[in-house]
Amino acid sequence: MTHIDPALLERHGLSPDEYERIVAALGRAPSITELGIFSVMWSEHCSYKSSRIHLRKLPTTGPRVLQGPGENAGAVDIGDGLAAVFKIESHNHPSFIEPYQGAATGVGGIIRDIFTMGARPIALMNSLRFGAMDGPEGARTRRTVEGVVAGIAGYGNSIGIPTIGGEIAFEPAYAGNPLVNVLCLGIAPADGLVKGQASGVGNPVYYVGSKTGRDGIHGATMASAEFDENSAEKRPAVQVGDPFMEKLLLEACLELMRTDALVGVQDMGAAGLTCSTCEMGARGGSGIEIDVMHVPQRESGMTPYEIMLSESQERMLLAVKKGREAEVERIFDKWDLHAARVGEVTGDNYMRVRDHGIVVAEIPNSALVDEAPVYNRPTARPAYIDEVRALDLSRLTPPSPSDALLALLASPTIASKRWVYRQYDHMVRTNTIVLAGMGAGAVRVKETKRALALSVDGNGRYCYLDPRRGAMLALAEAARNVACAGALPVGATNCLNFGNPERPEIMWQFVEVVEGLAEACRALDIPITGGNVSLYNETDGAAIYPTPVVGVVGVIEDARHVLSRVFRAGGDDIVLLGTGFGELGGSEYLKVVHDLVRGEPPALDLGRERALIALLGRAASGSLLCSAHDASDGGLAVTLAECAFETGGIGLDVDLPPDRDLRASREAGPVSRGFSPAIATLFGESASRVVVSVRPQDRATLLQMAADAGVPAAVIGRTGGPRLTVRVGGDVVVDAAVGQMEQVWATAIERYFARHAA
Amino acid sequence: MKARVFVTLKPSVFDPQGQTIVEALHSMGYAGVGDVRQGKYFELEVSSTSAEQARALASEVADKLLANPVIESYRIEVE
Amino acid sequence: MIKFSIVVFPGSNCDHDAYHAAKHVLGQEAEFVWHKETSLHGADVVVLPGGFSHGDYLRTGAIARFSPVMSAVAEFARAGGPVLGICNGFQILCEAGLLPGAMLRNRDLKFHCEHVSIRVEQTDTPFTSRASRGQVLRIPIAHGEGNYYAEPDVLASLESSGRVVFRYCDARGQVTEAANPNGSLHGIAGICNERRNVVGLMPHPERACERPLGSADGLVLFESVVSSLASHGALRTA
Repeated sequence: MTHIDPALLERHGLSPDEYERIVAALGRAPSITELGIFSVMWSEHCSYKSSRIHLRKLPTTGPRVLQGPGENAGAVDIGDGLAAVFKIESHNHPSFIEPYQGAATGVGGIIRDIFTMGARPIALMNSLRFGAMDGPEGARTRRTVEGVVAGIAGYGNSIGIPTIGGEIAFEPAYAGNPLVNVLCLGIAPADGLVKGQASGVGNPVYYVGSKTGRDGIHGATMASAEFDENSAEKRPAVQVGDPFMEKLLLEACLELMRTDALVGVQDMGAAGLTCSTCEMGARGGSGIEIDVMHVPQRESGMTPYEIMLSESQERMLLAVKKGREAEVERIFDKWDLHAARVGEVTGDNYMRVRDHGIVVAEIPNSALVDEAPVYNRPTARPAYIDEVRALDLSRLTPPSPSDALLALLASPTIASKRWVYRQYDHMVRTNTIVLAGMGAGAVRVKETKRALALSVDGNGRYCYLDPRRGAMLALAEAARNVACAGALPVGATNCLNFGNPERPEIMWQFVEVVEGLAEACRALDIPITGGNVSLYNETDGAAIYPTPVVGVVGVIEDARHVLSRVFRAGGDDIVLLGTGFGELGGSEYLKVVHDLVRGEPPALDLGRERALIALLGRAASGSLLCSAHDASDGGLAVTLAECAFETGGIGLDVDLPPDRDLRASREAGPVSRGFSPAIATLFGESASRVVVSVRPQDRATLLQMAADAGVPAAVIGRTGGPRLTVRVGGDVVVDAAVGQMEQVWATAIERYFARHAA
Repeated sequence: MKARVFVTLKPSVFDPQGQTIVEALHSMGYAGVGDVRQGKYFELEVSSTSAEQARALASEVADKLLANPVIESYRIEVE
Repeated sequence: MIKFSIVVFPGSNCDHDAYHAAKHVLGQEAEFVWHKETSLHGADVVVLPGGFSHGDYLRTGAIARFSPVMSAVAEFARAGGPVLGICNGFQILCEAGLLPGAMLRNRDLKFHCEHVSIRVEQTDTPFTSRASRGQVLRIPIAHGEGNYYAEPDVLASLESSGRVVFRYCDARGQVTEAANPNGSLHGIAGICNERRNVVGLMPHPERACERPLGSADGLVLFESVVSSLASHGALRTA
C-alpha cells in the first residue's frame, strides 16, 4: 500500500487539514485510489469550496425557471411546451497549455452538458480574452488566438452546431492566462428534462463513448492551480477531442431519451468516471458500484486510480431500467457505439469501485459531494483600487475626434471579428436569423413562431476598477443586447474568472462581483440558472482582471420581429435612447488613445436600464424599429459607425447634444470637466443607451412610447448618404466616407496576422 | 508484420499546407529548405507471413481507401 | 408529391436542413435513409447532405463511399435518377467516382463560412432547369476542403462538355480570383456527370431557402428538380 506523506498530499492539491477530514469521513486511512478520488472531488474545480458560500447570494428562481444550478445545465420555459437549456463554462487553463485542443474540448464539454439534459443543442457562443495582439507578447497572443479559434471551429463545425457569435477582448492582463468561456444552448421538451441521477436498486449502469486512456489525469486539480514556468511540462494532462465520437453520442443519447428506458445520464467531464459515479448516486439518493475491469481502455496496464481519474473526452455514464438492456444496446449499436455495462445501482449511498471483484474504493457519496470543504476565505480591499480610480483628464491632450475614432475602429477589441467568425459554421441547422457579427445571436425555434436571442458579455477593465459595478454593467449589457434583438431576457448563466482566491484581494474582488451580479439580476428580473467558476487564473503571481462573463437568453415572441445592429435603409430617423454623461473612466478610448486604465466605470441606474429593456421589447414587437444597437465599448461614435457598417454603404448625418456632466444631474460621479466635450460625448461609455433607427412615420409613436416608459429619447439625425457625418452641438467633428472607415474596422484583425505572416 | 504507407499529394497538385510550412521555415531563416510536401503516414499491423504478401495487402488497401488516386500517390515499406 | 431521400451518414450534420427545405419549405415528401440501408425507400430524388461523415477522418468522404447505401445510390444514378451532393455530399460523390475530381484544403487553410455568389453555367440539369444561364445566386459556403482539383484533361473535358454547373463569381457575375473563396480550379463551385443527373456543389442551397436566413436563392435548385420530375415523370426505385 502506498504510504501517504505530505509530498503525496501536495501533489494531490490536498491540505493536511483536508486529509484529516478524509480520514474522519472514512473512519480510516484512504487507499491511493480513494485519495485520488477525494483530491479531484474536493478540488476547487469540482467542489467550489472557495466560492460556494457566496454563490448562494445569486437569485436562481423565477416563474420560468425549470432547472436551476445543480444539474448539468439550467433550463427556462420558453412557451410552446419547450425549454431553453443553457450553460456557460470555462476551459481557460487547458487552452493556455494547448490552445487548439483546450478550446476544442471546452466546446465538447459544454455540448455534453446540454444534451445530457435531454436537449438538442442548437447554438454555441463564446467569450474569449487574450493578451495584446502586438508588443512583446504579440507573437504568443496571435498563436493562441489562431489555435483557440481553430479549435472552437474544428469541434463546433464538425459536430454541426452553429457558433453564432460571442465577444473577444484583448488586454495585456490576459497574456499569460487567456480566457475561453463557451456557452451552449439547446431545446428540450419542458416536461422531458433528463437528470444526472441514478436510482432503482439493481438498475444497470453503462459506460458509452471513447475508451479510457491516461490523458487528462488530474485535469481538475490542474485547473485549480496557478501556472508557473514548469506548466509546459503538464502538457500530457491535456485531452484530445473527437467531435465525430461526440456527434454519435449526441444522436444516440437523444434517440435513447425518446424512449423511457433511461433513468439518468451524466457526462464524464472534469474528474471523469469519479465525478459521474458519485454525483449520479448522490442526486438519485442511491449508490453506484462499478468494476473497472469492464471499463473500455485504450492503453494497457492502467490502474484503478488512473481509470477513475482519467479525463479522456467523449464518455458518458448512464443508468437504465433493468430489463431494457437490449433496447439500449440496440440504439448504441446503430450508431456504432459500444455500450459497456460497468456496474449497477445500489441502495447504500456508497460509491464502490472494484477491480476484478476486489474493492479498491468504498466512499459514502455524501463525503465526496456534500461534505466537501467549504471555505469562507478572508477578503481585503486591494490597495490598487484607490490609485487607479483617480483620473485627471486635464493632463491629457486629446487627438482630433476623427483620429480617435479611426484608432478605436482599428483596436482589435472593437474591430470586426469577421476573421474569427468566418471560421465558425454559424448557419448549420438553418435557424440563425441574425448572422454572426450583426448583433446579439438569434436562432429561430422551428415549428414555433418564436426565436431565442443570446448575448455573452464581460468587461474585465471595469471590474478591475470596480468589481461590483463592473459585474452589474456586464449583466446589464448582456440583457440590453438581447433586448436590442427584440427579445425579453428570461435567464442568465455566468462564468466567473478570477485569480487565486487564497489571496484576500482576489477574494474581495470575487465577493464584490457576486454581490453586484446578484443585485443586478434581481433588479432586472433575470435569474441565474447555472454556470461555472474558474479560479487561479494567475501566472507567476500576476492575476487576470476579475472577469465575470454573463450569458443572457431572451425570448422573441415572433421571429419576424428580430433586429440587428445595422441600418436597413436611407431616410430613416436615428433616435438615441438613454442619456450620456461623458463618462470616460475605464473606457476603450482612454486605453487605446492614452494607454490608461483608470477612472471609475460608468454609473448604472438599474431602474433606467429596466425601463429601457422593456421599451425595446415593446417597440420591437410593435414592428416600430428598423435596427437597434447598444452603446458600449468605444462609446456613441463607435456605435453609430457600426450601425452603418455592413449595410452596403448607408451613411448617417447626426448632431449630438453635448453630454451633460453627471454631477450636474446627480451628486457624484465620473467627470469630464475641463476636457474636450466632443471627445467625452463621442467616446464616453455611459450605460443604458441604445441607438435605434425608425421609419419617419413611426417616429412620433416611438417617442411617445419612450416618454411613457420614462426613457429619455432624442432624434439625433437621419440615415443615408455615403458619409459618416457626426456633429456635436452643431460642429462637425467627424466626416468621412463610410467605406473608408469601414475598411479600417473590417480588416484590422486580419492585418495583425498578415503583418506578421508565418 | 508491419507495413508502412506514406501518402503524398502528386507533384502536380498544389499543396497549400506544404507551401505554408516552407514560407514559415524561410521566415525563420532556413533558406536551405527548398520545398516541403506534406503527407500522411499509416502503420498497418498485418498478419501476412511474407513481405511480399504484406506489400500486396498494403498496396490493395492504399488503392482502395488510404490514398485518393486523383490527387495522391503512395509508397510502401514493409518490415 | 416528389419524394426526397436524404442519406444520413454518421457525422452528417446538414441532413435535417435538407429535410426541412424539402418537406417544410417546398412541401414535398422527405425521408432520412440511414447509411447502412441498402434501399432508397422509393426515392424520386437522392440528396447526400453536408457534414463531416466519419469525422472527415482520412479524407473528406473517403470512408462514406463504402457505406452499404452507396451501391443503391450508384444504381439510382445509373438509372438516371437525380442525385444532389451538397458540400460533404459532393466530396463523397467524388470519392465514389460518381463525379470526377477531388477536393483539397482551402487555399488559405481556413474554414470559410459566409455567403458567396455563384453563377449558374448550365440549365440542362434537373437541379438548374428553373434557373437562367448566367443567373447569380447568393448562397452560403461552409467548408475547409472545397478547393476543387482535377487533372488538366479532366478539366478540359468538363469544360468542353458543359459540365461545370456553378462557378464562384462576384456580385455582378464576373468570375474573378478575388471571388474564388477556396482556390478551386476554374472557379468551379459545382459540376455534373456526363448524363447530367448527378450534381455536386460545395455551397449550401438548403441554407438559402428562406429569406429570414439571409437568402432564398437556393430554392431554385429544389424547385428545378421538382418541376423536372413533374414534367418527365418520376423514377421510383425499390
